[in-house]
This record gives sequence, structure tokens and C-alpha cells, in this order.
Amino acid sequence: MDAAQISFLTRHPLGDGGLDAATVIAALGQGAWEERYRALIQLGKQLPAVPPEWRGEEQELPGCESQVWLLSHQDEAGVWHFAADSQARIVRGLLAVVLAALNHQRTEAILATDMAGYFETLQLAKHLSPSRGNGLRAMVEAIRNQVA
Amino acid sequence: MSAHFDVPALRAQFPALHQSVNGRPLIYLDNAATSHKPLAVLTAMDAFYRRDNANVHRAAHTLSARATEAFEAARGTVARFVNAARPEEIIWTRGTTEAINLVANSWGASLGPGDEILLSTLEHHANIVPWQLLAQRQGVQIKVIPLTTTGELDLAAALALLSPRTRLLAVSQVSNVLGTVTPLARLIAAAKSEGALTLVDGAQAAGHLPVDVQALGCDFYAFSGHKLYGPTGIGVLYGRHDLLEQMPPWQGGGEMIRKVSFAGTRFNAPPFRFEAGTPPIAEAIGLAAALDFLTNLPDGWRQHEADLLAQLCDGLDALPFVRRIGRPSEQVGVVSVTFDDWHPQDAGELLDQMGIACRVGHHCAMPLMEALGLDGTLRFAPALYNTREEIAATLAALARLPEFF
Repeated sequence: MDAAQISFLTRHPLGDGGLDAATVIAALGQGAWEERYRALIQLGKQLPAVPPEWRGEEQELPGCESQVWLLSHQDEAGVWHFAADSQARIVRGLLAVVLAALNHQRTEAILATDMAGYFETLQLAKHLSPSRGNGLRAMVEAIRNQVA
Repeated sequence: MSAHFDVPALRAQFPALHQSVNGRPLIYLDNAATSHKPLAVLTAMDAFYRRDNANVHRAAHTLSARATEAFEAARGTVARFVNAARPEEIIWTRGTTEAINLVANSWGASLGPGDEILLSTLEHHANIVPWQLLAQRQGVQIKVIPLTTTGELDLAAALALLSPRTRLLAVSQVSNVLGTVTPLARLIAAAKSEGALTLVDGAQAAGHLPVDVQALGCDFYAFSGHKLYGPTGIGVLYGRHDLLEQMPPWQGGGEMIRKVSFAGTRFNAPPFRFEAGTPPIAEAIGLAAALDFLTNLPDGWRQHEADLLAQLCDGLDALPFVRRIGRPSEQVGVVSVTFDDWHPQDAGELLDQMGIACRVGHHCAMPLMEALGLDGTLRFAPALYNTREEIAATLAALARLPEFF
């Protein structure tokens, strides 16, 4: 991972110190599904695009209906930094939701985060179902495997 | 017009259609993946298990005789459905995929270097990968018929690719992504003139078009039960009888043998030679019920399906942010689209929220996607039980999509 990539990941605006889980919960709200999907897609717009040259096969998560890429880096202080991207707008929103909860944290904090509960609160639990091809479950598992 | 085709009466025979999804009445437009099952199929399978359940071709008792009779009658129903010359030409498989694998493993065993198999760009992976495995095992060459810009098979290129080295032409009758009806009559005639055999993947065709294997002149025809209102786990390989007689078994076990000893085993005649183990008995009976249902439908159902597809295509063309993929001169069953500014998956998910079931992805046709320069489509696959109102509601739902982005 080169300096530009490390800089991109450590300055990623999603997660601890940036757009965090509490902000996501407030943004998505509890309104009608139309409002919540609009908010989710808007959240996705805050996810910086991963430059195409960094989206290699190694970064791609398998088994998704749209391509999903995950980049990770652990700094010298032991803090994990992630970036993610997808071609699909709703998936980008879901990736923003995940990174808001897990980015820029240490291994213990990441593993201790109750993602199922978080998605329950957001009324997005069905997106974690294995039959959904959105890559959300793959993303959460990839992050957990990476840090574990 | 299909005014005399009574869709509400037909829908009443499909319990699964009558439900809400995400608070909206279900609009099921994923019939190319699998269709729902009429009461006739559910009842036939239920009745088999309640009354006749026994293994077939084995026991001397009455239940086994009844089960065997129903099971072989089902084979006869399939033979009539595809107009096979005799029921022994019908082999039960798990589906189209297994049917093609059977041919690749059994008939394909005689091929070697110098032999060629001609496929097309629009094939489903089920009609690509078994041949690739065969090519790896035995050094067979695979050639591929390209597409025209409208999404049809390039007939001139196909004719140029056929040669005396071509041992098999294996093509779909209908594309599962574009709905293209391929020019089978001309392809099969050309293949025959080069001495090649022909296999037709009828997975997307058999539920929409009349099938007549003798008129087509194909040597093999494969289709699945679950895409034409039958159960999952059952499909059919039609094979010309004289060919089947020469083909070796591909799976060993009970049922497929005549005599077994450790000195050597003699195999049963077709179709049993290719049906090792206890077959899917209830599923075969369910499939026969589905075919009876289909063949006894009132006239007009094919016109109704054509009307729905035309209504859908016209409506899609009227939406400025939708790109319809392919313009084949003859199209049945499915239409694929992409969007200017968002991914098919975005549309699929929002439509699901509105109770509309369709399919997103590469549809197990990655070489076709590559040829089209796409990484996926949203596919609508209406069937005979869909209504004009459902198509209109789907188009209205699509028209709402821009407000989400």
C-alpha cells in the first residue's frame, strides 16, 4: 500500500471522528421507506469514490450483485482504516453505514460492535440476510476477518 | 388481442401470486428464474405422497405398481409435449443443467483433439461450462457464434464456423437475458449438413413456445420443470433413440443396470441407463401435471404473453433514463434494461420495496455481458398469469425511481 492510499484511508471521512454511527442513525430516521432510502442514497454520496486503479481483484468482495471493493490499513498505533466502494448507489449507502460504525477504530472496538443491533436500529436488518446480493454481509465479515 | 383469455380465473389457480410483499400486492416478474405453481401441480404431488408413495420399477406390491404407472405415464406426457417419437427418448434429470452435463459426459466421452463444439455468445453458463470441462478433459475445441448489434445470433458467422470438424452445435432456443429467439431451423439444418449433432437448450423456450423436437430436427433438447409451472429438481433430456442406445452411462447405481457382477456389469437400455438411483418420482408426476395444465390452457395465452411483453417494452422505451438491451426481431419471455445513472441493483431493490419481483445481475451469462459491455442488467420476465395492470404498475414504479437519487 503506497503513501497515497494510506493517506486516502487514514483521512477517510466515514467513521470515528467523522460521520459516525450516531449521525447515521439520525440521518436515516424512522420515517417512510421512501424517505429512508433517499437518506441512505444521500449517505452514499458522502462515501469518497475509491480510484479505479485501486479497485483490484484482491480488493473485490465475492458474491455480490454489484461489484464491491474494500481497502484496509492498520496504522502504527493499531488503528484500522477502511475505504469501500461499489457501483450501486444503495450499496454505497450501506457501505457508508458500515464504515460509520467501524472505521478508524482498534481491533477490540471493531469486534465488540454489535452490527446486528445497529442494523436493527436502522431498520436495515434484512440487508444482512445472506440471500441479499448487496455485499453488506460480505463487507461486515471481511472487516471482522481482516482485524481478527 | 387476448380479451378472451381470462387472466383472473387463471391467477386463482396460483396460490403464491396472492400475497403482499413489503405492504404491496406482489407483482411477480421473475418467471425466467422460476415460475409459480398451479394448484394442479401442488395437488398431483400431494396426492402422490398421500396415496401412491412407493419406489418405482422395483417392488411387486400395489403401491409400487401405482407409482411406476404414474411415473411412466408422466414420461409419456413429456414425450407428447415435445413430440418425441417414443417415451424412451425422455430422460429425467434434475434440470436443464444436468441434462446438458449428461450429454457432455456421456456422448462427449467419444470426442477428442480435432473435434469442435459450436456454442453461441448468448448461452447460459449451463450450456458453456459443461463443454469447457469436456474441452479440458479431452482437448476438444470450443467455437462461439457472435452476436449482431441487435442481440441476435450472427447467422453468417455461424455458418462460417461450422465445418466437418464440428461435432456438436449446442445453442439456446431463447436467450435468458435478451429474450432473443434464435434461428434454430437454419442453424440445425446447417449443422446437419456438416454432419454435426445438435443440442437445444430449451430452458427459456419450453414454457413459452411450442416445442416439436421432430420438426426442429435436433438430436438433444433440454428443459427444466420449474420454469414452466412444474416443481424444482426435475428436468428433461430428450435424446434421439438411436443415439441414446449408443451412449455410455454417466452415473452408476441402481436402476441403470441389467446385470451386475464383479466380473462385469451390463447396462440397462435407455432411458433407464441414464437414470441411476431412485428418480424424483413426485417431481416427475408434478411436471406432467404442469404440462397438462399448459397444454389444456385456453387459446390466447401465448398472445397474452406477447401483449404483456410488447406493453412492457413500449413503456420502457418511453422512460428516458432506461436503456433497453437488445432489439431482436423475435423476442419472448424476458426483457433486460440498464439505467443511465444508477446500477440495476438499485432499481431492483427499490422495485422490491414496491412489491415488484424482478432479477438483477449477470443472469449466469457472463460471456454475453462481456460482449454487450455490461456488468449486469435488470430483467423483467412476465408470464401468462401477469396482467396488463401489473405491467402498468411496474412502469409507474420505474417512473418514480429518479426521485430517489
